[in-house]
Amino acid sequence: MKKTWLAIGLSISIALSALLGGCGSGTATGSSASSASAAVSSEAAASSAETVSEDPIKVGILHSLSGTMAISEVSVKDAEIMAIEEINAAGGVLGRKIEPVVEDGASDWPKFAEKAKKLLQNDKVATVFGCWTSASRKAVLPVFEENNGLLWYPVQYEGMESSPNIFYSGAAPNQQIVPAVEWLLQNKGKKFFLLGSDYVFPRTANKIIKAQLAAQGGELIAEEYTPLGHTDYSTIVNKIKAAKPDVVFNTLNGDSNVAFFKELKASGITSKDLTTCSVSVAEEEIRGIGADNMAGHLVSWNYYQTTDTPENKAFVEKYRAKYGADRVTDDPIEAAYINVYLWAEAVKKAGSTDVAKVKEAAKGLEFKAPEGTVKIEGENQHLWKPVRIGEVQPDGLIKEIWSTAESVKPDPYLKSYDWAKGLSN
Amino acid sequence: MSTYLLQIFNGVSVSSILMLAALGLAITFGLMKIINMAHGELIMIGAYVTYVIQNIFIQFFDKSIFSLYYIIALPGAFLVAALVGYLLEISIIKRLYGRPLDSLLATWGVSLILQQLARSIFGAPNVDVKSPGWLEGGLVLGGTQLPYKRLFIIGLVIACIAGVYIFLYRTAYGRKIRAVMQNRPMAQSLGINTRKVDSITFAIGAGLAGIAGCALTLLGSIGPTLGTNYIVDTFMVVVLGGVGRIVGTVTGSAAIGVGNTTFEFFTNASLGKVLVFLMVIIFLQWKPQGFFTINSRALDE
Repeated sequence: MKKTWLAIGLSISIALSALLGGCGSGTATGSSASSASAAVSSEAAASSAETVSEDPIKVGILHSLSGTMAISEVSVKDAEIMAIEEINAAGGVLGRKIEPVVEDGASDWPKFAEKAKKLLQNDKVATVFGCWTSASRKAVLPVFEENNGLLWYPVQYEGMESSPNIFYSGAAPNQQIVPAVEWLLQNKGKKFFLLGSDYVFPRTANKIIKAQLAAQGGELIAEEYTPLGHTDYSTIVNKIKAAKPDVVFNTLNGDSNVAFFKELKASGITSKDLTTCSVSVAEEEIRGIGADNMAGHLVSWNYYQTTDTPENKAFVEKYRAKYGADRVTDDPIEAAYINVYLWAEAVKKAGSTDVAKVKEAAKGLEFKAPEGTVKIEGENQHLWKPVRIGEVQPDGLIKEIWSTAESVKPDPYLKSYDWAKGLSN
Repeated sequence: MSTYLLQIFNGVSVSSILMLAALGLAITFGLMKIINMAHGELIMIGAYVTYVIQNIFIQFFDKSIFSLYYIIALPGAFLVAALVGYLLEISIIKRLYGRPLDSLLATWGVSLILQQLARSIFGAPNVDVKSPGWLEGGLVLGGTQLPYKRLFIIGLVIACIAGVYIFLYRTAYGRKIRAVMQNRPMAQSLGINTRKVDSITFAIGAGLAGIAGCALTLLGSIGPTLGTNYIVDTFMVVVLGGVGRIVGTVTGSAAIGVGNTTFEFFTNASLGKVLVFLMVIIFLQWKPQGFFTINSRALDE
């Protein structure tokens, strides 16, 4: 009996306290004016703090940390974080620390646009490092242009673009594809088989290659596209066998490369029988393909883990010390890393994080990167980069077999090539 | 000539891969009517088990017996995937029988969780599974080379289908399973523990997905999203073949596999896929039940 009374008493007291609580919230609305004024004063405090430069500078990092593209983009994010930590350890920029705001684009292009808007409008970041696929870049491009944001894009791509709000640190076509085709024509043969995933990058790249082959005496044997995520290359390999090309130019992306190279090997085709040249397979991807499946095949990039510069030695050492000795560095990882430094240098030079001032300061900026000295081309905000053709080694690293003597001027619209006229529309 | 012969072999090979991937689904979806969107992730689990067992062999055993790891990996993948399937059944799926829409959403959620889990444990990039030495190379036949890997998968599929057939149609437990799937109340009233039968059946379907994952490491990528590459095709196989019959799954995957490679050979990969989808749609308009159907007196059909 006593217990029930106790229970009733308890429930009454709970109900009462809930009521009181309700009253409490009522009074809170009454005093909202005073709290608002408090907010105003704290805001004023914040802005005065900014003038003495104690606040960190917020920068956005926008990559796919989940979904299909996480395969590639997680390491790129890691490189950006590492660069930020290094800069902070050296005192930051303009006496302020850099604070990364990391967002997950989840391999979903509309989500990239949404997150870009959030970074620019809510977090008010000074700049954003991000994206991998051309689809995600095209999705965020209008957001950056409308909000006058700044995006640093780290991956080689198909060119034909030059937004005033994007800096492109990966290769333009004339810094990867065009020199590779030229080299293959001179050294490996005239008959080309073009194989790619079915989306914007391979299709645009192959359009360029076809024009180049026609102008430089090459011969197009066949052009094949497979859907992204295609898993069975037995038929394609059979077609390659029947067509007998000198060179397979491979623009496959993602998992498909694994299936393709495993199939080549299982069919008894080695790099001695057939030259392949890939432009979307770097050290990171080779680990998943299996080095023994790809040994001897060619790739074209601007940077390899084995690139012989003192800057690269330090970079590889730091990256592996931070993320584990089993990790590798590759071209997009390096490009993402130098993006952060390039931005920081431009901010230092401009003395401000203001987008227009940073863009102005970035023009012609030079930086000693792991791949060699790079320079920002003011005209199109791409980088001057050296071009390297490499051969995959049995240990999964890439040995450089040819490179341009000098950095190559970026030419995203291929204006300096006569045969490319009419491609850029 | 050898090109066409090889193409016929490719058709058979792709069919066998589809068959292997769909066999588990033929049980969970075909027999149990669960729309299990996490089937692809059970395949992925099988692939990662193979990866783990390979690494154990590299670390702890002598190089000379390395290529035997695959013999251990096959049953290992079956057991681990079956265990995950069993836990999935007793925790989530058992609450969702007869609610196809809910089971679709819930298992899709499970598939996302499993993908992210794999990403957290093994990292986002693909991992490499080295094929055992005895599967390298191929059988040279009339100027073409038939890869041993693909021949092995064809053999594995025949063994799996024979195993499932014998289990379902020649053993007492298999009879119980079929009884429960065909007429649950009747089976219950005859004293069969239908709850237990449900869990075991689902676990077996999951285990078969694990074997498929182990086999796929020979051919393709091993990453967290491995399963998503196969999920659409496997559902298509089961629907086309006719829900509830093993022979339907065999026929369905043969039709889709041979259709895919043939169309791909004469057109291209994207168009080939479109044409196969088109054929499937037209066929299902004509025969909505698929190639084979079960004649059942159960009231819920």
